[in-house]
Amino acid sequence: MRLNDREFEHWKEGLTIQDVIDIMRFVYPRLVIKVNGKLIKKEEYSSFVLQENDDLKIYHLLAGG
Amino acid sequence: MDILKMKNSHKLLSEFIYEPKALYRGYTDKTLYINISDNTIKEKDVPQKMKEKFIGGKGYGLRYLWDAVSPTTKWNDPENEIVVAVGPVGGITQYAGTGKSLIVSISPLTDIPIDSNVGGYFGPFLKFSGWDALEVQGKAEKDVIIVIDGNKGIVRIEEAPLEDVDAHLLGEQLTEMYAENEADKRNISVITAGTAAENTNIGVLNFTFYDVRRKVSRLKQAGRGGIGTVFRNKRIKGIVCKFKGVKGDLNHPYDQSIINKTGIKYHKEIAQNDHLQNNMRKIGTANIIEIMDEYDLLPVHNFQYGKHPDTYKIKSTVFIEKYCTQNMPDGCWYGCSMSCAKAVDNFKLKTGPYKGQNVCVDGPEYENAAGLGANCGIFDPEVILELNFYCDTYGIDTISYGTLTAFVMECYERGIINKDITEGLELNFGNAEASLELIHQMSRGEGFGKIAGMGIHKMKKLFVEKYGADKDFLYDIACEQKGLEYSEYLCKESLAQQGGYGLTNKGPQHDEAWLIFMDMVNNQIPTFEDKAEALHYYPMFRTWFGLLGLCKLPWNDITPPNNSETDEPAKVPEHVNNYLDLYYGVTGNRIDNNEMIRQSERVYNFQRVFNIRMGKGLRINDATPYRSMGPVTKEEYESRQERYDKQLRELVGFNPEGKTIEEKIKTLRAYREDQYEKLTDAVYKRRGWTMNGVPTPEKLRDLGMDLPELLEVVEKHLN
Repeated sequence: MRLNDREFEHWKEGLTIQDVIDIMRFVYPRLVIKVNGKLIKKEEYSSFVLQENDDLKIYHLLAGG
Repeated sequence: MDILKMKNSHKLLSEFIYEPKALYRGYTDKTLYINISDNTIKEKDVPQKMKEKFIGGKGYGLRYLWDAVSPTTKWNDPENEIVVAVGPVGGITQYAGTGKSLIVSISPLTDIPIDSNVGGYFGPFLKFSGWDALEVQGKAEKDVIIVIDGNKGIVRIEEAPLEDVDAHLLGEQLTEMYAENEADKRNISVITAGTAAENTNIGVLNFTFYDVRRKVSRLKQAGRGGIGTVFRNKRIKGIVCKFKGVKGDLNHPYDQSIINKTGIKYHKEIAQNDHLQNNMRKIGTANIIEIMDEYDLLPVHNFQYGKHPDTYKIKSTVFIEKYCTQNMPDGCWYGCSMSCAKAVDNFKLKTGPYKGQNVCVDGPEYENAAGLGANCGIFDPEVILELNFYCDTYGIDTISYGTLTAFVMECYERGIINKDITEGLELNFGNAEASLELIHQMSRGEGFGKIAGMGIHKMKKLFVEKYGADKDFLYDIACEQKGLEYSEYLCKESLAQQGGYGLTNKGPQHDEAWLIFMDMVNNQIPTFEDKAEALHYYPMFRTWFGLLGLCKLPWNDITPPNNSETDEPAKVPEHVNNYLDLYYGVTGNRIDNNEMIRQSERVYNFQRVFNIRMGKGLRINDATPYRSMGPVTKEEYESRQERYDKQLRELVGFNPEGKTIEEKIKTLRAYREDQYEKLTDAVYKRRGWTMNGVPTPEKLRDLGMDLPELLEVVEKHLN
């Protein structure tokens, strides 16, 4: 699985988007998440199971103060 | 305070009566010029050509400053000016963040033009009083105040010997003095500096707005670059603007309905989404303290590290739950629904001349907590609030103060300076008492405070020349560029943000571009060309706020719920369209995104050429200290050893196995410095500059900025 165009080293069977957020400690609240180009809504983060070949994008929307 | 006695001691030096001109589509096309050397006060017409090319705000400031100074003018020469200007959209009350003033002057820190933006009521009041801009030139013999009465059409210069200089007192005194009664205080705004602005190069201008709930004059700061130092050097104590009658259509816009419609849409967006996003109405910019720590971006111990185990002690909720007292949103101009201003009431000071007094502290902003706190190893919220208060009232920049104190603390810990040099101050990281004493020394103009107050650029030279410091090492750890101290983000792991700081006009302030997440975390701009495009678009886009009189925060500290479905969420396309609509609604001039960027490019390139004219602005001036690019010391390398070793293997093709830390640091450094040079090449190319950083005549022609005075400067640097 790839996260933001880099190899994701912690992939395992049953991994959800929320698991990735937790592993990466992505605590910033405004994230735009796409799997294979498809936008995923926040309410699906905990149930969306990622596959080994998925292309996951987690974009942080912050451009500074 | 005996206000009557103070007022009676004033001596009128000059008076100017004028007919206040109403705004038309955001402009009066009039500038107020004041020279305090000979007490001239006069009205100037804004030429149509200037309006077209420079738009307003920072554009006007830079144009006037260019005309006022010569290539040899220093910050403390009488011909240096302080220009205050707003911009055509500034002062509307239907959208968030529309009360910004842009201040321009030659900086005592950088010796080139500095621009700084600030909230508070002064700028809009100035516009409603009939002036698109205020130019102040000259130097008074004794302390003076300038008073603009925008209803009566009177401008006065008066000697003012008895008022205090510190901002929290002077703001109150002048507000009380010029208001007819309590209800009239909201119609007064004052510009002040403070006592430390007189003794350091890091002075700020405080702009007041009267808080009718608290019954106190609140302070917002034009912080960067030492403009408060210029202000006090000119012996200006304060500038008062009085205007009664603020209402929503004073800009006499082209189409009020489009402004109303755009504002209502935005206010709904804030009401429905802020609590789900950045919580600006509740916490303000401090919301990112703990987030920066989590992402290893919070500057700790002079930018050596990006996180600290004690950060939880100063996280945003600590300030909100324990100290901020308002319990309601709070803005610095009418109609701002983002309302990110925050204050702590009845804060009891523990040190300094106001020890024991209960005061109102504006803030803390993120930069205060990061700079005064974490970067100096101080994790006590009450110390941060006390330093925040004293920075404001003494009139010094919290960012420069935080960064330079972190620098002297590292110098002290490494034995570069000692107790003899600091005159007894034990400037170890975490020593809050020493930091507080240092700031009081700056106010009094005494001791090591006077040395530190020169700023890092001058201090590092002194430490090398007088105290025999290792120049190479010192220059590596001194987080300044062009003379300006770095603002409070760790950019070592983001090449794009190294450029976001280094490839700027005024020095390393993040208001041109903040690309760390986009680059380091999102990996959205992997190539040099991608980074260069971002380092073209964002600085130009964000320059536009400063031309129009707008605050940047409402652009992207809230986003529409469907923003993630757009092609470029980072640009927040709907909000960009809002701004184009506001510009159209006020001026009647319909422009598209491309013209918006070109408006900024004209002013941005003008500023670059201005820098070159003043002796900076070339490639050599865009070099950055290695501390901002990578690990200088063994401890820094070891703190991220896994990451750095991996980079050596994967990016550099260097096997770190069996190598000393010193070898690894050297190899990584060669790689990272080369990356910065390649980034610089790409950015210069994208901006239409030579490889020495000079805007080409072709670029200037393309922008319609092939003015003879600009071509004369650039042509000297083309070979």
